[in-house]
Amino acid sequence: MTNINHLRELESESIFVLREVAAQFENPVMLFSGGKDSIVMFHLARKAFFPAKVPFALLHIDTGHNFEETIQFRDNLAEKHGVRMIVKYVQDSIDKGRAVEEIGVGASRNVLQTVTLLDAIEELKVDCAMGGGRRDEEKARAKERFFSHRDEFGQWDPKNQRPELWNLFNGKKRPGEHFRVFPISNWTEMDVWQYILMENIEIPNLYFTHKRKVFQRDGMWLAFAPFMKLKDSEELIEMDVRCRTIGDITCTGVTVSKADSLEEIVEEIAATRVTERGGRSDDKRSEAAMEDRKKEGYF
Amino acid sequence: MANTTKGYLDMQLLRFTTAGSVDDGKSTLIGRLLYDSKSIFEDQMEAIELSSKKKGEEHVNLALLTDGLRAEREQGITIDVAYRYFATPKRKFIIADTPGHIQYTRNMVTGASTANLAIVLIDARNGVVEQTLRHAYIASLLQIPHIVVCVNKMDLVDYDEEKYHEIRNHFMEFAPKLDVKDIRFVPISALKGDNVVDRSKNMDWYKGSTLMHILENIYIAGDQNYVDARFPVQYVIRPMTDEYHDYRGYAGRIDGGIFKVGDKVTALPSGLESKIKSIDTLNGTLKEAFAPQSVTMTLEDNIDISRGNMIVKSNNVPENGQDIKAMISWFNERPLAINGKYSFKHTSSDLRCMIKDVSFKMDINSLERNYDDKTVKMNDIARVEIRTTKPIFYDSYRLNRYTGSFILIDEGTNETVGAGMII
Ligand SMILES: Nc1nc2c(ncn2[C@@H]2O[C@H](COP(=O)(O)OP(=O)(O)O)[C@@H](O)[C@H]2O)c(=O)[nH]1
Repeated sequence: MTNINHLRELESESIFVLREVAAQFENPVMLFSGGKDSIVMFHLARKAFFPAKVPFALLHIDTGHNFEETIQFRDNLAEKHGVRMIVKYVQDSIDKGRAVEEIGVGASRNVLQTVTLLDAIEELKVDCAMGGGRRDEEKARAKERFFSHRDEFGQWDPKNQRPELWNLFNGKKRPGEHFRVFPISNWTEMDVWQYILMENIEIPNLYFTHKRKVFQRDGMWLAFAPFMKLKDSEELIEMDVRCRTIGDITCTGVTVSKADSLEEIVEEIAATRVTERGGRSDDKRSEAAMEDRKKEGYF
Repeated sequence: MANTTKGYLDMQLLRFTTAGSVDDGKSTLIGRLLYDSKSIFEDQMEAIELSSKKKGEEHVNLALLTDGLRAEREQGITIDVAYRYFATPKRKFIIADTPGHIQYTRNMVTGASTANLAIVLIDARNGVVEQTLRHAYIASLLQIPHIVVCVNKMDLVDYDEEKYHEIRNHFMEFAPKLDVKDIRFVPISALKGDNVVDRSKNMDWYKGSTLMHILENIYIAGDQNYVDARFPVQYVIRPMTDEYHDYRGYAGRIDGGIFKVGDKVTALPSGLESKIKSIDTLNGTLKEAFAPQSVTMTLEDNIDISRGNMIVKSNNVPENGQDIKAMISWFNERPLAINGKYSFKHTSSDLRCMIKDVSFKMDINSLERNYDDKTVKMNDIARVEIRTTKPIFYDSYRLNRYTGSFILIDEGTNETVGAGMII
């Protein structure tokens, strides 16, 4: 039957974009956070270049505030598939005086990642950084192109984007400029989970239910890590939770859940009434928080 | 969000655009589709409730859901293409949300380029206006196979049947000038919800489908070209490992037709013939593949093929030439330069071209041709003659949207300045 379902169509589009990157750029890297979106993006890259290896390195911008499991998963994945994993540390940017640590309750290194990322792009002479950003995540992302041009300062100019038609992607640039490419732009959170289920893709155990020490802040459950400061009113409790996104531990909310299979996760997402970014305190800072960060060069 | 683990494997993808003049209710309609299909989350709803209150609006303004960037929020207008997503148990939808102002033809063209269907909005109080014509023309120019004309704000004309028929007839008067196979009409109220997702109780006289029913059920599988097999080679895969020592795979997305293992194929431009040996994917080999699948093919014979070449079936080859006639849509503030040179991107090939002549400009408000004024400015649509540096392999855009389209890139600024549809 000459008919494919929505996941296969999205898959085909993403594979097309990944191959365009390999064809149009000299030194592309794939940003890898250890979260489900970058895992799916990497899986698509394996498909795009099979039976050859993925022809680019992965780059992880490490805030140092990770779930331990994420790092283990990252290193296993690189070894299993024989890809180069480059890790750049936000701590190094802080030590060099390139970035200044936020202090106090709610301090996060999430914004500082931009400095480390732009420095890495310059140092490694990266001409294209692929990210797992999706347009459904957030309003500012809804206008992002597949091929998104960045000037020599790494900045995004949302008002002056190149029109993108059919499947013709214009990756032409001047020296010093680079591109951000988002192969899974058209996927929603639900698509990602359905695809993980359909393809049986391995993901970190953090996405499944587990017992964890958590506390409540601004109506969200946050995972506790030793370097975090609690307010007097906040109390640590152990609960059955799972992560809906995996990012910097300081700004990633967890969901109270008993889901321990992919099927159950998909069912749970289907019934959920809050967006996944609703669990991220970095977006709550202001209504235009994401747009401001993106203009400066954030993922 | 009822697409659960059971039914999702049968869901299809439908991409559509929305066009309408300012204030026809486009944002409200999209907000309504998202809201009634339960695609809006609590935190999104809270955010727009807060914004509505700040602005002193009495109802929650569903239109706020679709306003993306800060500048737009401040000016209260949509200025670029934004993509929205929602799903029902039957289909996943991608909306290319484009603004209706005259200066933004380029956004509409962009959004239309990948759409299966276009929604054209009409304010029932105003009827068919100049801009309606323009929106319908762009849908037709970009060969969107289906147009659904939504006559909106029916609540403001007392849900009047006669008014609806008047508008419908008026639209059908110029339909013969359009090149669209399928045009449908629905009377709606985006604000109140009539005939959007739920059938209207105020318009018993309307026996057709609701908008959502059309979106969920319209037959789109037949819109692909399954006859003319086209495979532009995007990338050559050479693993150079022991296991795949001599492997040479041609990777790309099928832009038309069906390819089967054993098919006799010709590589263009060399003209060398071979047979398909295998169609490979990470999940195993396939016996056949079709548009729009991304696959990797190997051939029986070792012939020289690289990015920019095209593999086709030997008994059905595309047109070939250096002199191209096309309709173009111009995007840049600097007008099109006659005799100017541009980069020319077509399928997976990158070459250069020269604009030889502008035959006419299209007045997209009256659909008249203008043979006198040949300055093609931003948002203009024109028929041009182009010469490429090397022969290209193409189909007319009417036959194939992917082998029949190209973009023009300014060689100085690298901006995408125009898009073309080969005649
Ligand atoms: N009475 C009525 N008002 C509507 C309807 N649809 C939209 N509107 C109103 O028309 C105005 C413009 O709508 P909006 O969606 O912002 O238009 P856009 O510019 O096309 O996006 C707003 O005040 C809406 O509340 C409708 O079906 N009935």
